[in-house]
Amino acid sequence: MSAKNLTEVTYRIRRFNPERDSAPHWEEYGIPYSAGMTVLDGLWKVKEMRAPDLAWRSSCRMGVCGSCGMLINGKARLACNTQVTELGGDTVVVAPLPNFDIVRDLVPELAPMFDTHRALMPYVVREDMQEQEHPTGEFWQSAHELEQYLQFSYCIKCGCCMAACPTYATDALYSGPMPLGQAHRYNSDTRDGGFTARKQVLAREAGPWRCHYAGECSRVCPKGVDPAKAIQLMKRELVLDYLRLHKQHRPATVAKKATETKRREGIPEPPAPTV
Amino acid sequence: MMRDQKLWTWHLAAGVVILVFLGMHMTVMHLDKIVHFAGLNPAGGHPIDWQNVIARGKIGAFAVTYVVLLGAALFHGLYGLRNILLELDPARWLKRAISVVLLVGGIGLFVLGTWAAIAGFSLAKAM
Repeated sequence: MSAKNLTEVTYRIRRFNPERDSAPHWEEYGIPYSAGMTVLDGLWKVKEMRAPDLAWRSSCRMGVCGSCGMLINGKARLACNTQVTELGGDTVVVAPLPNFDIVRDLVPELAPMFDTHRALMPYVVREDMQEQEHPTGEFWQSAHELEQYLQFSYCIKCGCCMAACPTYATDALYSGPMPLGQAHRYNSDTRDGGFTARKQVLAREAGPWRCHYAGECSRVCPKGVDPAKAIQLMKRELVLDYLRLHKQHRPATVAKKATETKRREGIPEPPAPTV
Repeated sequence: MMRDQKLWTWHLAAGVVILVFLGMHMTVMHLDKIVHFAGLNPAGGHPIDWQNVIARGKIGAFAVTYVVLLGAALFHGLYGLRNILLELDPARWLKRAISVVLLVGGIGLFVLGTWAAIAGFSLAKAM
C-alpha cells in the first residue's frame, strides 16, 4: 500500500505483563496514519488512544540513544528510525527483542548483555592512571589509526545484533556480537593498552570462537557497524597472539601542544578572539 | 595462555594440514591421469592396483603423511564435534564427560591408525 492511500495503520503488538499474564499474547490496535510517522510515533499514538498501559523504552527519537530496539515486522530495528511506510503494508507487527528475557511488553532485560559488556572493559585501559584522571593533553593518534576502529565506535548498544544472532539464541556461553565488537573496538585503539587484560576474558570459552559467522548482526545493525567483521578480526588477533606474532603496540603518548611545536612559515596568524 | 585460544589455533592449523595433505592424497589417488608423481604409481593403470599400493607402501614418507593427516583430521573433527555438543549447554559433569570421551576416543583411533600405517609399511617392505 502506498503512503498516499494509507489512512489507518494496524499495530499488532506482543503484550506481556508478568503481574497479570502467564505468557505473552498478541493484541491489535488501529490508529490513524499521519505523514512521516515512525513506528515509535505509532506506539505513542497507541498508548495515547488505545492502550495506556503499553510499555517500551525510548528516549532520543533520532537513532542515537539505542533505547528503542524492537522486533519490527520480523527484523530487529530501532522504532524511532523506522518509517511505517518502509514496512510496505498497513500492519506493523511489534515484539520485544528476541534472545532476551522480557521485563514487560516491549521492554527486554538487557542487563546480561551489559554485564558481559562491562566484563570486557569497554574503555581505554592504560597504566598511566594519573594522565587519565588529570589529563595534560590529548593522546596522539593518526587518521589511519582512527580508521581501524572508527566504524565499531558507532555502536549505540541497542541490542539489535544480539537479537538477530542465531548463535546467541542457542548458545548460553556465547558473549554475543555487541560486547565482542566493543572489545575489539578498544583493542584496536592505539591509545589503549588493555589487550592483555581483555584477553583474560576473550581467550576463554565465551570468546569469539563460538561465532559461526552467520553475519546477521551486521545485517541488522541500525548504525551500519559490522560486528561480524570485528569478531573475525579479534579471532585473528588472538591466534597471532598465541603464535607470538601479535604486534603489541605501546599506548599512544600525549600529543605535543601547539605551543610546543614550531609554527610553519607563511601561515597567517588566526584572528584575535572576539569574546 | 588461555585454553580455548590454544585449541582454536591448533584447530586452524589442523585445517591447513588437512588442506595440504588431503589435497596430496586426492591428487595421487584421483588425479593421476593429469598429475604424475614419479614412483607413486609406478605400475601405471589405476592408483589402487596392487602393485601401485605396494610401491607406495614401501615409501616411509608416505606412511608419515598418513599419520600426520590422521592426527590433524581427528583433532579438527573431534574438536569441532566437541564445540557443537558444548553449544547444547550440557551440565558441567556432562561437559567434562564429553571432553574425556572425545579425547580418549581420539587417542585410541590415532593409535589404531598409526599402528595400521606402520604395519602397512612393514608388510610392504617385507614383500
